[in-house]
Amino acid sequence: MPQQTEQKNEWPLWEVFIRSKAGLDHKHVGSLHAADAQMAIENARDVYTRRMEGVSIWVVESKYLHTSDPDESASMYEPANDKIYRHPTFYNLPDELKHM
Amino acid sequence: MTVHSFEEHFEQKLDKDIAIEPRDWMPDTYRKTLIRQISQHAHSEIVGMLPEGNWITRAPSLRRKAVLLAKVQDEAGHGLYLYSAAETLGISRDELYDQLHTGKAKYSSIFNYPTLTWADMGAIGWLVDGAAIMNQVPLCRTSYGPYARAMVRVCKEESFHQRQGFEIMLTLSKGTEVQKKMAQDALNRWWWPSIMMFGPPDDNSPNTEMSMRWKIKRFTNDELRQKFIDVTVEQAKILGLTIPDADLKWNEERGHYDYGAINWEEFWNVVKGNGPCNKERLEARKKAWENGAWVRDAANAYAEKRKKRLQQQAA
Repeated sequence: MPQQTEQKNEWPLWEVFIRSKAGLDHKHVGSLHAADAQMAIENARDVYTRRMEGVSIWVVESKYLHTSDPDESASMYEPANDKIYRHPTFYNLPDELKHM
Repeated sequence: MTVHSFEEHFEQKLDKDIAIEPRDWMPDTYRKTLIRQISQHAHSEIVGMLPEGNWITRAPSLRRKAVLLAKVQDEAGHGLYLYSAAETLGISRDELYDQLHTGKAKYSSIFNYPTLTWADMGAIGWLVDGAAIMNQVPLCRTSYGPYARAMVRVCKEESFHQRQGFEIMLTLSKGTEVQKKMAQDALNRWWWPSIMMFGPPDDNSPNTEMSMRWKIKRFTNDELRQKFIDVTVEQAKILGLTIPDADLKWNEERGHYDYGAINWEEFWNVVKGNGPCNKERLEARKKAWENGAWVRDAANAYAEKRKKRLQQQAA
């Protein structure tokens, strides 16, 4: 029983995203527990940027993250499978053609 | 998909070295093995802060103090990376802590030995972190994605830990007679526990076979132990210190060092809780957790209050 009370008091889980330098995307680096968003950002600084790995941090409470279902991957990504003409390598062009 | 085809799909991914990710289907035993291994690893990082924490306030210079502090901070970070990897397998942080505090989960036995002198900080960095790196580098390619990613991060940071330890040993071994003696004494005490860190020998390691098949482990305990001994013996020569093993001898035929019999009785005894510091370490962790309760509660209460205030403002 005491464990259940503990579970209830557990600080929520946050997913952490870090921009390693200006001009690059934020990238998921892991997760951590914190009581609120401000604490999550401060903890993320201490846990994930001790060696200047970041210039910007995003945190989002894990429960708000929606994800695709891996068991449906086959049908989910199937539409892209037979459209190789979306890639530039699909086209047969003469070798003497330059800058294209 | 039937359970059978799920399993087949899982095996195919392992064969093709495709990482298993949290929401992918996985056999129950794979999940359990990972939770056991990752949490044991996380607990080791956290408990591993204690023997070194003992010397932060007594470091011989400001430089050494800043370095040791940074190293212990890294270990806290490594524990947190690993706990969050374990949580992706469906176990909560509180459950993980509870398993540590009740003794249900283990941590590396090496941290149940005391740190008696400053030279122990050198020996731990050089040998204990050296052995840990040997173990951890192959784990960067372990089959479970979140564990592998955590290990990449850990390994990047771990290298300075070993180097600072070796530097301490080097300084002492080039110092006064007393300092050199202190370094040798630390090596004498930490050598055997360090090579035990790789775990029981392959013919007595119940989890190795399955872990190798699942590509959780990439090398066996004995393979890694041999690798560690081979490189470390050479490093000891640079220090001019003697490895406390009379049977240590280069074997031309094998291309490896032969080494003396390991006292596995001591190993199992420490695992079972009878090492010199088992009780002290666990007590320290439990006390830290209990003494932190009011901080966790206060932070929760403050977050709650702020949330309410924001809601009122919005209304």
